[in-house]
Amino acid sequence: MGGNTKKTVPDAAALPNEGAAPLSGNEAIARGAWEGGVRVAAAYPGTPSTEILEALAEYPRDDVHAQWSTNEKVAVDVAIGASFSGVRALSAMKHVGLNVAADALMSQTYIGVNGGLVLAVADDPGIHSSQNEQDTRLFARFAQVPVLEPSDAEEARIFTALAFEISEEFDTPVILRSTTRLSHTRSTVSLQPRVEKDGGEFVDDPVKNVIIPAHARRRHPLVLEREAALERYFDDSPLTRWEKGSTDYGIITHSTAYAYVKEVAPDAHVLKLGASYPLARETVRKFCDSVTRVIVVEELEPLLETEIRAMGIVIEGKDFVPRAGELSPEIVRGALAEAGLIPAEDAPLALDAVAELARPPVLCAGCPHMTSYFTARNLGARITGDIGCYTLAALDPLQAIDTTVAMGSGIGNAVGMAMSGTEEKPIVATIGDSTFLHSGIPPLIDAIYNQANITVLLLDNHITAMTGGQDHPGTGRTLAGEEVTAVDYEKIVRALGVEFVRHVDPYDMSDVQRTCADAIAFEGVSVVIADRPCVLDPVKIKGPALNVKEENCTACQACMNIGCPAITWSDTLFEGHHKVCIDEEMCIGCTLCAQLCTSGCITVPEATVAASA
Amino acid sequence: MSEPTNVLIVGVGGQGVIMLSKVLATLCQERGLAVKQSEVHGMAKRGGAVFSHVRFGEQVWSPTIPKGKADLLIALEWAEALRWLDYLEPEHGVLIADTKRIVPPFSCRDRRVGATSSYVEGAPAEVIEQVAEGYALDASGMARELGNERAANTVLLGALSTKLPFSEDEWRGTLSRFVPPKTVKVNRAAFDEGRDWVSGRRDGEAPTAPKLPDMISRARPGAGEKLDIEIVPEWCKGCDICVRICPERCLALNSEQVVVLIDRKACTGCRLCEWLCPDFAIAVRHSYVAEAVA
Repeated sequence: MGGNTKKTVPDAAALPNEGAAPLSGNEAIARGAWEGGVRVAAAYPGTPSTEILEALAEYPRDDVHAQWSTNEKVAVDVAIGASFSGVRALSAMKHVGLNVAADALMSQTYIGVNGGLVLAVADDPGIHSSQNEQDTRLFARFAQVPVLEPSDAEEARIFTALAFEISEEFDTPVILRSTTRLSHTRSTVSLQPRVEKDGGEFVDDPVKNVIIPAHARRRHPLVLEREAALERYFDDSPLTRWEKGSTDYGIITHSTAYAYVKEVAPDAHVLKLGASYPLARETVRKFCDSVTRVIVVEELEPLLETEIRAMGIVIEGKDFVPRAGELSPEIVRGALAEAGLIPAEDAPLALDAVAELARPPVLCAGCPHMTSYFTARNLGARITGDIGCYTLAALDPLQAIDTTVAMGSGIGNAVGMAMSGTEEKPIVATIGDSTFLHSGIPPLIDAIYNQANITVLLLDNHITAMTGGQDHPGTGRTLAGEEVTAVDYEKIVRALGVEFVRHVDPYDMSDVQRTCADAIAFEGVSVVIADRPCVLDPVKIKGPALNVKEENCTACQACMNIGCPAITWSDTLFEGHHKVCIDEEMCIGCTLCAQLCTSGCITVPEATVAASA
Repeated sequence: MSEPTNVLIVGVGGQGVIMLSKVLATLCQERGLAVKQSEVHGMAKRGGAVFSHVRFGEQVWSPTIPKGKADLLIALEWAEALRWLDYLEPEHGVLIADTKRIVPPFSCRDRRVGATSSYVEGAPAEVIEQVAEGYALDASGMARELGNERAANTVLLGALSTKLPFSEDEWRGTLSRFVPPKTVKVNRAAFDEGRDWVSGRRDGEAPTAPKLPDMISRARPGAGEKLDIEIVPEWCKGCDICVRICPERCLALNSEQVVVLIDRKACTGCRLCEWLCPDFAIAVRHSYVAEAVA
């Protein structure tokens, strides 16, 4: 049965306390956190980290409170608060989420912890679904906190539980770094019972907990001492694993790169670093002394390589291993061969892939975002985008987004454009509901405060859609499924001082067009709320499919301008142009194409009308 | 230590690639084998290409399958089968592919007369010739006959099951835990259908790949070369409708607010401007019409 994607996570509460189960890296991190006695977990969804919290929410509520927070900084602050109160806490995020939360982390590294505090951060080497491929290990060094790097799901479980121990023992937040490959690879994980921590309590210690300048100056040397202590700990820890081989060279590696190394050079001496920072220097030095040549195989930035070079040791690494993109067995094989460490493999006798058919992700059939972008483009606007499914509107045929920067950036960008004095087009900022709550409100306040002449198109599809349909404060449901009061966008926007606020139904194209035209004509900040639920989540919407009366179709293909994937060419022609047809399986009956049709040939099938009457 | 078995499962978002992989991975795990199943999703539901690597054996290191090393390539969509063909082990790799075609909107973008879809060519019979062992079946059609086209992935699972050393009962048991309870029956039937189809072939009955409907037909090439846009400036009131609706953006208003053609080459003669002009100020003259009449 195809695509039961809503429920991707097994019911974790149903997992036994012994034996083994195939878990994804994310599910294993959740399992490790639960086994490690986590009591509070908070996150904002972000691929590839989303399933960590979804999996934690499946464990008994009495064991762990798991929640979606409005953004990553709030989530980390929530976890910090729980740690202050003496319980173990975890916050999960994607790599760029840590940028949002960085302010809290940079303070907390001085403050330390009471209950163990772990940030599970999932990087995205290869940029499968992100805006960059920044390396979180550099953040760990910047914040001077240890970073643990599991290489498979079993290690993800073990390392997460251990991270709480390290956090408490060394009085530090700990980053557990995953990657897309690890987070979304399922492998066998052994299951252990939960280690229940006795209830902690808040510890009065203002010098530690209140990080004013005088206190911070006293804490900073302790951070440096902690760093040295952690280095010694990692030297002796099983996290640092020296695997004897039979070669005269050695490989230092980490994370899933370790798996690729073992795949292509099973006989090599390998130093596997379960913690990339602080570096287990003594072990590294001994390892390097034991072989004639050392190459570092690390994904993304040369963190290990740089640190080891700084010790005065001659090593190789990024001369052969690419710094951009995800590693793979092929790439590691190529790098080691180029370095002359393993024989170059003959080009495998492979079949040719027949053709590269472009199949990028597209907005869904019936996606309400299609109208908003179609309209904004029609109105000749300069359109700033934001992060979400709707970023796909930048692609052909809508081509309706001029800029996309980061979560919540669109409105601020629009203000800057308005202030530049060079923009002749009307300026429209587009932002989804979840992104608006995440970080769209402060820039809207900024727009009002500074009297920018912009229009904000708030694309309210009632869900965090891009990451697979997570609830947020606007949906009226929590991660645990409790019903709560939903955020009222109009009230928020009006309270900020916006005078022009209108609601439109994205399935009514002419209304959207007229309202947006009015909004653009309005001098000052105007907000149009395009209100229609996502067609996939939380409920998959499927209405009667439309069909094309082929004899009336004049092949103008106007309907194709909204980019609906259900509409494609038929194999009959009109004046040499392809007529269109509609895929019944995909079409949800939104009627947007029919509203655009110049010949009235797109209709609901009569049979369906009769049946539903 | 023996090499792991590599199964690459590919398709389009929403087809059930991940479900198939989970069934296989679970089966391997319960057999006590080391198994890694790696996927990249996130964009999966939005009609993008989806793929999942499943590797199992005594010891599995890399979660991904190197090029040219897949023992089995299972494709839920025809063009996806062709995209990943270079991952198949050329000497013994087995291809099992649904002939279902999902034509992405991107491949129907050229509006010119004579344009063809960029959907890949490659007839099943020719492709099956190239691989060591191959099966191209209309799994979607079979599933539709059984009452639910979305069970096409289970038809392919049935086909796959004949190529791996697990018993029929093990497959059935695991499968029924991964499909919605209401669909267990249709999925079981779909599994049998796929199994029988491949077994039938193995017994020498040689079921042939179903004939695909013809690829989207070609219009007469070159017929669109003669295009003329006639604009009557006196009738244009500068309403901007044609400028906004033109998919190729080849119209603009001049300083007198009258429409002008700014990019003759880009015009495909789709006639949207002509049909939507409230003032009959634009006409598209099309050589194709003349030919057709003649």
